[in-house]
Amino acid sequence: MSGNEAVAAGAWEAGVRCASGYPGTPSTEILETLAGYPEVRCEWAPNEKVALEVAAGASLAGIRTLVTMKHVGLNVAADPLMTLAYTGVRGGLVVVTADDPSMHSSQNEQDNRNYARFAKLPLIEPADSSEVREFLKEAYNLSQRFELPVLFRMTTRLCHSKSVTAVGSRIDVPPSGYEKDFVRNVMVPANARVMRVKLEEKLAELSREVESIKLNRIEKRGTIGIITAGNVYNYVLEVLPEASILKLGLSWPLPRKTIAEFAASVDNCYVIEELDPFLETEIRAMGVNLSQTPNPPQRIGELSPEAVSALFDKSSSGHSYPDERGEAVEIAPRPPVLCPGCAYRGVFMALKKMKLTVTGDIGCYTLGALEPLASMDTCLCMGASIGMAYGLERALAENDKTRVVAVIGDSTFLHSGIAPLINIVYNGGHTVTIILDNSTTAMTGHNEHPGSGRTLQGDPAPAVNYQALARALGVRFVATVDPYDVDLFRKTVKRALKYEGPAVIVARRPCVLLPFVRGVKKPKVHLDLEKCTGCGACFRIGCPAIGQDEQTGKCRINPGYCTGCGLCTTTCPCEALEL
Amino acid sequence: MKKIKNITNILLVGVGGQGIILAAEILCEAAILADHDVKKSEVHGMSQRGGAVNSHVRFGKKVFSPLIPLGQTHFLVAMEKLEALRWEHCLAPGGVIVVNDFRLEPVLAASGKVSYAEDAIERLAARNDRRVIVADGAAKALEAGDLRTMNTVILGVLSCCLPFGKQHWQAALESQVKKNMLEVNLRAFEAGRSLGGCVTPLKM
Repeated sequence: MSGNEAVAAGAWEAGVRCASGYPGTPSTEILETLAGYPEVRCEWAPNEKVALEVAAGASLAGIRTLVTMKHVGLNVAADPLMTLAYTGVRGGLVVVTADDPSMHSSQNEQDNRNYARFAKLPLIEPADSSEVREFLKEAYNLSQRFELPVLFRMTTRLCHSKSVTAVGSRIDVPPSGYEKDFVRNVMVPANARVMRVKLEEKLAELSREVESIKLNRIEKRGTIGIITAGNVYNYVLEVLPEASILKLGLSWPLPRKTIAEFAASVDNCYVIEELDPFLETEIRAMGVNLSQTPNPPQRIGELSPEAVSALFDKSSSGHSYPDERGEAVEIAPRPPVLCPGCAYRGVFMALKKMKLTVTGDIGCYTLGALEPLASMDTCLCMGASIGMAYGLERALAENDKTRVVAVIGDSTFLHSGIAPLINIVYNGGHTVTIILDNSTTAMTGHNEHPGSGRTLQGDPAPAVNYQALARALGVRFVATVDPYDVDLFRKTVKRALKYEGPAVIVARRPCVLLPFVRGVKKPKVHLDLEKCTGCGACFRIGCPAIGQDEQTGKCRINPGYCTGCGLCTTTCPCEALEL
Repeated sequence: MKKIKNITNILLVGVGGQGIILAAEILCEAAILADHDVKKSEVHGMSQRGGAVNSHVRFGKKVFSPLIPLGQTHFLVAMEKLEALRWEHCLAPGGVIVVNDFRLEPVLAASGKVSYAEDAIERLAARNDRRVIVADGAAKALEAGDLRTMNTVILGVLSCCLPFGKQHWQAALESQVKKNMLEVNLRAFEAGRSLGGCVTPLKM
């Protein structure tokens, strides 16, 4: 099973009764899998902060809870996390943070191990699916015993790697019931000061225990010693099979005595870790004598067997990255693109034609920033588009011709787009916000959300009405358009830009990959080769169904890909494309 | 530096939507049924949107790293020919390339921003330190009854090179393929197998 499936299996076996999270690569499949277990109430929350707060509440009743998110999601949930460390938990609570070294599908590659030190919480790092399952159960035991939330760090390579894994049975952890506790649960300063001290006491006790905890182990082999954690352990075994290894399964708080003794027992002791020098800095600060590898450690991007071997290879010039060819041969790149029939293509065709400055957000539609549409100007973090559009607009000089709109997906809007929209209304802005409503969280694999009408476990749910919501916040200009009608969409944006006040346009069309959309067969686009001059206008909308004939240079439609959306027909000056 | 012995490394590559992940699943299942330790690694997310996709599969007595070390791929299995060229550098000396003679141009090629390497297969075959098996996956998949089974055809070609029994493949397909698609996939697999012939890497 995959690392993500193993988290679900481990959580189920550990007796988890409630799980909440927000989808984000590489963490999404955890809750999708766990949702299949009837004993677990499994939910998508609008964002990670809410997910952690739900779990914190459920933990008050004494049940075991799981919270899942990608690394940047923990930034959103950091507010409750930092103080939840003070209050502690009743039922075991584990927060899975799925980091993305190399940014396969993320905007940054922050190393969330730093959160463990920052929030003063135990951190567990498994190396493969079997360990994920075992360690997760241990995480719940620790969380319950020390009454602390536990951070469980996964990485893309671990989440999406599969290895042979055993399965076990579920233990039952019934709710112990809620007990009122003013000092512990109400973090007013007087109580927080008490719990602050209590947290240090818990950590001191945990620090003693980690010296003998079975999550950390020493594998004694040769005279070279390696201290490592997580998936990197596998690369070390692959490349340095004769090295002695101190494998940290619980990498915060560190087992200081164990580390010092291990380092002293080998001739040369090295730390090999992915991203930040988290372990190395701490271990050096303890005064432990570490050796330097012949080549400096790689601090950017995920490690690989060859990256670990390059550390010790004096002849190697540095690091090798598995996705790059060693030699300089030109191979046409194949970046991801908007799917054929994606309604967002219509949105970006219109915005490009209008030469607007577009502050963007996180989702499939971020692909609108890439060639050939290239009509998105910014992408920072979830929900940033609306605040940034407003800020940019406010800062432009009066005679500046730049016209700004914000573009944000439905799930992203519900995640963190509502507060910045309130900000525009409150501060008297005129910003135009375009909500791309495709009825799903498409990028992460079609996850339900509060606007989609269904829950994670398939129950019908009320869907947020974006138009009514915008009006309730004080937006007067609210329009809904089907972006397949590029002309009408463009006219609506034009009207919104002229309007003296904030405007919201809902560009609504369900994702073309949703089963109920896919099931409807539509006629494909007809190409009249007599009329086609090979002018290339249709190539510039970046549709994967449109190619160029190698011989004639004219347009060629791939009938296997064409969905019959007809967006290309609006661009063809020769009228060669028809529906 | 001592290398781990007796591990077979297979790198499956292609374009998002071609069924690389499913092919890798079937391959892993067959390896497990044949009593091997198996690890598989791939990246989901952006790559599903028509981008380049790869899946690392390693099997043997005991597998550590889920990633194939660079230059140690014994079998490079490409569902698309430009993709074979993109990952060619991962091949071990003496390795085997199974390539689907199928062309899917990147979107940017249509707008003339980049050019498609039309001579991909000639370039792959130009070196003599490897074996290249070229298969017309599309033709065989259509014969089987569904163009989408190209991945299974190519897997059928690869199956001739691997030490798993026919019953392992059969059971793997049955467990991984949707029921309504099973029959056409079994036909596609057989069609691929009939193309294959036993080819092994020159050295492992």
